[in-house]
Amino acid sequence: MIDRRWCAAALLAAGLDAGAATLTIGVLQRADDERLDDKRVELAYPAQPGGTLDTAVQMAAKESQFELDNAKLQIKIDVRTANSPEQAKAAIQQWGKAGAAAVVLDLPAAWIGPAGAGSTLPLLNAGDANDAPRGAGCLPNLFHTLPGERMRADALAQALMARRWNRVLVLAGPSPDDTARLAVVQASMKRYGLKTVALKPFKMSADPRERELGNPLLLTGTSVGEYDVVWVVDSDGEFARLLPFRTALPRPVVGDAGLVAEAWARHFERFGAPQLDRRFQRAAQRPMTGPDWAAYMAGKALVQAALEQPAGPTAATVMKTLTRPDFTLDGFKGVRLSFRPWDRQLRQPLLMTDGVGVIAIAPVDGVMHPKNVLDTLGADAPESACKAK
Amino acid sequence: MMFKPAFIAVLGAALLATAFAAQAKDTGLAYVSSEKDHSLTTIDAKTLAVTGVIKTCKRPRHMALLDGGAKLLVACGDSKTSDLIDLATKQSVAKVNLGDDPEAFDLSADGKLAYVSAEEDGALNVIEIASGKIVKSIPVGKEPEGVKVSPDGKRVYVTSEVANMVHVIDTATYQIVKNINVGKRPRRFAFNADGSELWVTNELGASVSIVSTKDLAVVATLPFEVKGMRPDDITPVGLTLAKDGKTMYVGLGRANHVAFVDVATRKVGNLVLVGKRAWGVGLNKDGSRLFVVNGLSDDMTVVDTAAAKAVKTVPVGRVPYMVLVDD
Repeated sequence: MIDRRWCAAALLAAGLDAGAATLTIGVLQRADDERLDDKRVELAYPAQPGGTLDTAVQMAAKESQFELDNAKLQIKIDVRTANSPEQAKAAIQQWGKAGAAAVVLDLPAAWIGPAGAGSTLPLLNAGDANDAPRGAGCLPNLFHTLPGERMRADALAQALMARRWNRVLVLAGPSPDDTARLAVVQASMKRYGLKTVALKPFKMSADPRERELGNPLLLTGTSVGEYDVVWVVDSDGEFARLLPFRTALPRPVVGDAGLVAEAWARHFERFGAPQLDRRFQRAAQRPMTGPDWAAYMAGKALVQAALEQPAGPTAATVMKTLTRPDFTLDGFKGVRLSFRPWDRQLRQPLLMTDGVGVIAIAPVDGVMHPKNVLDTLGADAPESACKAK
Repeated sequence: MMFKPAFIAVLGAALLATAFAAQAKDTGLAYVSSEKDHSLTTIDAKTLAVTGVIKTCKRPRHMALLDGGAKLLVACGDSKTSDLIDLATKQSVAKVNLGDDPEAFDLSADGKLAYVSAEEDGALNVIEIASGKIVKSIPVGKEPEGVKVSPDGKRVYVTSEVANMVHVIDTATYQIVKNINVGKRPRRFAFNADGSELWVTNELGASVSIVSTKDLAVVATLPFEVKGMRPDDITPVGLTLAKDGKTMYVGLGRANHVAFVDVATRKVGNLVLVGKRAWGVGLNKDGSRLFVVNGLSDDMTVVDTAAAKAVKTVPVGRVPYMVLVDD
């Protein structure tokens, strides 16, 4: 289908005088991203990426064409890849010198600190949920549109609390990521008063000598006592995928399979979500995932911030606008979203899905907060480990 | 495109047949479209009793009277064609092409053209109702929603929920005359009594933007406040002007209230508690009763406008969208 608006937009752009200001946004992705191997993407594990994030940033820019034309602002999206933190740093430095206004990042959490150090460009992390760059490893110019792991865990903990499924059997995988995320899950469970009936390590194995570690029936047997729900921590996803309906007791699974808390989910029916889904499907030829939504929001935030200074959006003015307390975004989740001042995380509701429907939204009804109920998800101001202001 | 010659022929004949018919009597009913039921609920506007259900197309949303009130045109979000219902027989008499995924529409002064917001395409479609032909498709910002023709018929206004603007389109040339930046997620429109002001609800702005139709610029922004609620809980969508032109009634969405706004002073007066997520609002003929559909409690609250009090809440279909009172 021909999108007539694009023709119109192109004509308008051509007609603009040469003096029109330009907003340049960098998109920095990892080269040879193994998360995006064809076979892995095909498995479509929950909350994992479905493709590169530049498509969503481009889409956000295109959807803003009317506003950009109105403000006589041209936009340029510059997509690059890096295969090391050093390369990422070099790219960010180059963008800084070339007058880019901001960079959207899809980099591993561990690269973000070294890559962004020394830059004053606003950097928007849309690709990694690790809490380290949101906490002790934060940077004064680093924003996050993707919800962190703690936000996701808090969302699920709220849902369990609301259902009074208080007795939790926790199964955790062996990878360092699993260990880190397990600690986050335990903190969330503590916050919402959930009880750990047992914590058991699992391992992908069919070896009969390791059956206690690999067999779902044995892992979930009643010797641990009664439990209401199984919370599985599996950063890879292969074990978790086949856990639901294989537990010794007929109990639901949550975490990395069963009910999963995500930034975005298909089949969300409200707040213009189906329209956003369809637009993305048309643009990318695949469904919108959580990271795609986060990249789209990063693009939207930057365009919106730039539109407030259309005469010449610079890194400094965009940065200042993004951090303003009254700077809010429409994220197709029904409420206004904004960046938390203490760690520059985009506060947002999370969708809880089984892959078929959106079963619940967090914050759940009844959870309260003295200022903004969205701050019941993730590190709140007093507990934030982010010191870089 | 969903051009269906057979249907169009039927519609043409139907229009011809009614062209000379006497004006249909007011049915005395309120019609409520419900997005999940594929039907309209009818309510006696006097007794407030539910009188029945009219089967219609999939995901009915906006409705308007046609043929001097003899027929009801229903935009259908999920059907490929929209529906024309004979109010005397309560039967669908024709399918009308309003484009794919129409959300809201308004009619030209002569009732021949429908200006339809096409949510998926990001366009305002101008459609000749009798033939179903798309006369013009005007690209606008994504998720266009509210559509309103100016009282003189020379302009049509359309909101874009994503671009946060109101597009002003000349109905003679179909050119965009002006793009006006308003609040976040602008939804619906209402004019003041003399048409000099166009009020636009901003769902995520918790406000109404008031646009001067002479200058095509925002002259005021009216924020809403409800005691005990945060701005994020106030999501205004539907609005309508009182018959005396003095009050604007604004449904405040998740704040579960309707605000009575004094048009002259632009001050909020009464706040009336209604059902969950108060969206569509409609008045009866003498303006004594305001009908408010509640999208999340599947019911409709009827408010006595003089007393500023809810009189009754009646169950309607699943996810009600709009009410049209024909009393």
